[in-house]
Amino acid sequence: MSADDFAFNLITDRPIDVQALIGRVAAPECGGLAIFIGMVRNHSKGRTVRHLEYEAYPEMALKKMNEIALEIKSKWPEVSKIAMIHRTGKLAIGEIAVAIAVTTPHRAEAFTACRYAIDTLKSTAPIWKKEVFEDGDVWASAHA
Amino acid sequence: MVKVTVKFFAVGRDITGSDELMLELPEGTTAGEVLIQVKQRYPAFEKVAALLVAVNLDYADTATVLYDGDELAVIPPVSGG
Repeated sequence: MSADDFAFNLITDRPIDVQALIGRVAAPECGGLAIFIGMVRNHSKGRTVRHLEYEAYPEMALKKMNEIALEIKSKWPEVSKIAMIHRTGKLAIGEIAVAIAVTTPHRAEAFTACRYAIDTLKSTAPIWKKEVFEDGDVWASAHA
Repeated sequence: MVKVTVKFFAVGRDITGSDELMLELPEGTTAGEVLIQVKQRYPAFEKVAALLVAVNLDYADTATVLYDGDELAVIPPVSGG
């Protein structure tokens, strides 16, 4: 099975359209759709964030996202469709950095699979964020 | 000799000042040996937490042997989402 059969994954520098994302995963056999939306927060470790800058290794990030989709399909075969979009570039407070949508016949697996997708994407996809503060900037998690 | 492209991202690109460099390496050179060379050339990498390497778009063990045309990426701690 190829991820293309049931997954839509994208790295983009354009704003994420959540309604279009939902349209990507809607399926007549599915009554449950879980969605996770990660937004830019105005603070980090006690400092005021002015904006974020996301960078990706796009070819590899997309490959990882396809692998995550295949893992999900093998762990939860009832998953019908999954879509994952991650934004790159400069993002203002409140903008959507990542959105993931999963459809399943019933709700429990939708929540579980969506949670697994965002957790695994965050820990494995080669994507980085730079936090830009009032008085400087830092690549998140870069330094021990 | 084998020609390998080494790619840098995020803090790695800031440290090296470039997106990528081309290396000509003796046959049998491993990903880990390239990482050691990179750290010697750019000592600021020593301050970066847990560097990983990817070879041809997959995370790779440092013992992975590199072949002509391979793309090695230096992966600093990821922070997407």
